[in-house]
Amino acid sequence: MAHLDGVVKPKTKRSKRFLDHRAPKLLENSKNAMIMKGGNTSETVTQALKDIYSLKKPNVVLYKKKNIMRPFEDSTSLEFFSKKTDCSLFLFGSHNKKRPNNLVFGRMFDFHVLDMFEMGIEKFTALKNIKNEKCAEGTKPMLIFAGELFDVDNEYSRLRNVLTDFFRGPVVPAVRLAGLEHILHFTAADGKIFMRSYRVLLKKSGCRTPRIELEEIGPSFDFVLRRTHLASDDLYKTAHKQPKGLKPKKKKNISHDTFGTKFGRLHMQKQNLDKLQTRKMKGLRKRRGAVVVENGETTSPKKIKTQE
Amino acid sequence: MKKRSRNNSVRKLVTQLMTSNCGAGAVTRAESSMAACSVEDVLAKAERDEAERLKSISVVKELELEFDVGNLLALDKNPVELRGRSQDREELLRALARDNVQLLVNEIWKLPAERTDDVLVVKLPEASTKLPREKPLPKVRPPTKWEQFAKLKGIQKKKKTNLVWDEVHKEWRRRWGYKRAKDDTKEWLIEVPETADPSEDQFAKRNKAKKERVAKNEFNRLRNIARASKTPVAGLGLAPRAQQSKSELAQAVSVARTSTASVGKFQDRLPKEKAPRNTGKKRKFQPLLGDFGNEKQKQLEMLKVMETKKPRLDVTKAVNKQLREDEEEEGRTRRKKGSGKKGDRGKRGAAGGKGKGAKGSKGGKGARSTKGKGRGPHMKQGKR
Repeated sequence: MAHLDGVVKPKTKRSKRFLDHRAPKLLENSKNAMIMKGGNTSETVTQALKDIYSLKKPNVVLYKKKNIMRPFEDSTSLEFFSKKTDCSLFLFGSHNKKRPNNLVFGRMFDFHVLDMFEMGIEKFTALKNIKNEKCAEGTKPMLIFAGELFDVDNEYSRLRNVLTDFFRGPVVPAVRLAGLEHILHFTAADGKIFMRSYRVLLKKSGCRTPRIELEEIGPSFDFVLRRTHLASDDLYKTAHKQPKGLKPKKKKNISHDTFGTKFGRLHMQKQNLDKLQTRKMKGLRKRRGAVVVENGETTSPKKIKTQE
Repeated sequence: MKKRSRNNSVRKLVTQLMTSNCGAGAVTRAESSMAACSVEDVLAKAERDEAERLKSISVVKELELEFDVGNLLALDKNPVELRGRSQDREELLRALARDNVQLLVNEIWKLPAERTDDVLVVKLPEASTKLPREKPLPKVRPPTKWEQFAKLKGIQKKKKTNLVWDEVHKEWRRRWGYKRAKDDTKEWLIEVPETADPSEDQFAKRNKAKKERVAKNEFNRLRNIARASKTPVAGLGLAPRAQQSKSELAQAVSVARTSTASVGKFQDRLPKEKAPRNTGKKRKFQPLLGDFGNEKQKQLEMLKVMETKKPRLDVTKAVNKQLREDEEEEGRTRRKKGSGKKGDRGKRGAAGGKGKGAKGSKGGKGARSTKGKGRGPHMKQGKR
């Protein structure tokens, strides 16, 4: 792609579609996340990253190689990666003596770091350690935050915002009631944040709303909040600016009946009915010279049959 | 549905009680008193039954949870106390989670459900948590030169059909592009017009004209982009290219020379650089001692101009400004009318609009022909 004053001019329709997909829009795409490892990682951290990757599939990119960088000191490397893969959420895992089993959750605005939260893993149970049936990948999870800290404390409420952004999944207009399977529960207590993941079983109750039974599937984390980097107020405000009028795009040639049936309209070219391809019936095929003029009456009904 | 079931159960209980309590003699007063207390009992029993049924899904909390059903989110502000061993802690967490999920599910089930293809689907409301955007808002690009002109004149885009009937090939062909309806370049016969040179290649002439039109279009498009991007674009020859002509390089050199604070006056010349000729404005001053009469007249005139309270009005400029404003107003009203009419009578409205437009433009042009097109010389006169 030749760069001319920083503007890339697409040469094919496909590249133009690709660039339009990544360009700033009124209605945005669902956010992608990138998961990467630091210079040194422990077994817990790699397993944790893999588990979160499976939770966030398919809107996530997992980098397998180690990237030596420090998000809190220098974020240019992170910004470069996010620009390359068009990811606005990131999760960086590392391990050293000073900060063991470290995870950094963060998000970007315009490919610049907005917020970052560094959390240490105290206790971790992987997906594979809890042996039971898991939810399908790509299910939209329900999120619950418990604890007064998530409401009262400024840092914790921002952390709640970041975790919602990270784990919420694609925004959908409607949800299948039977498909509400996955629940992520965050509790802030005793100076720690407990993250548990359960599978929801809907049991019969006397009335329409079912009774809930939970089954832990994991992964389960016990986090300790370490360093934070919150965005400045004005940057946060610019990031929240919403467009004024969002008109939903009307799909052409689709209409709805009073009964709710959906009608579509197809436009066809004019068909040549003489050369219409119908089912071939061997017995009705025209034979060369077999039928003579005497049997004029018998030939005509055959012709009518084929033209039907 | 709940009410009906409750009524049914009430009725059932009433009949049960009536049959059970009607053991003793059937005196009207006794019956009525029995009926009065039995109704109360019945209602109380119904309430207890209802509570029984809802017990499985009801959860008691100190503070109500905050729900954001659009995001399937719930926030529990109740203080959490976790103590004890890790096993107890897990159990506590699980119980807390179960309660919270039950409340969230109750909220979700309150929404209206639709049935599509044997599946119960619930329409989610808008998400209430404010999450930041991923990228900044898209910039509204400024209108192009044509768009500005169209807005001024009130010209609206006419929807054109995709296909046009081609008489030559007797089929429907697209309006432009590959295999289009009236393709100039594919003609095998061109009549040589009487005024043209007989030895001229008409085919080459057509091709060249097309190439020129394409280049002009591309140039205008790039100019629109440059105007939209608001970056100052260098003039011809100043932005470095691969091949530059001698004149372009000379121009670049001269521009570089004069871009100093003193406009190149004290700039040393390069070894092989030729001295610049006919550059710079020449200021002419009147001689100090000379024509007294002329000087007196000039000074008196200046005083007169300074004295007058009326501002010096440039009539042509004012008239042009007024005309342009009128045209803009007309364009706006025509646009409004055009958009209104099109719904009812498409063709008539368009024809009317076209007629009006022609008249209006002609009128405008007529008025301007005396003053607008002759703007140059008139304005120079005006700035006396």
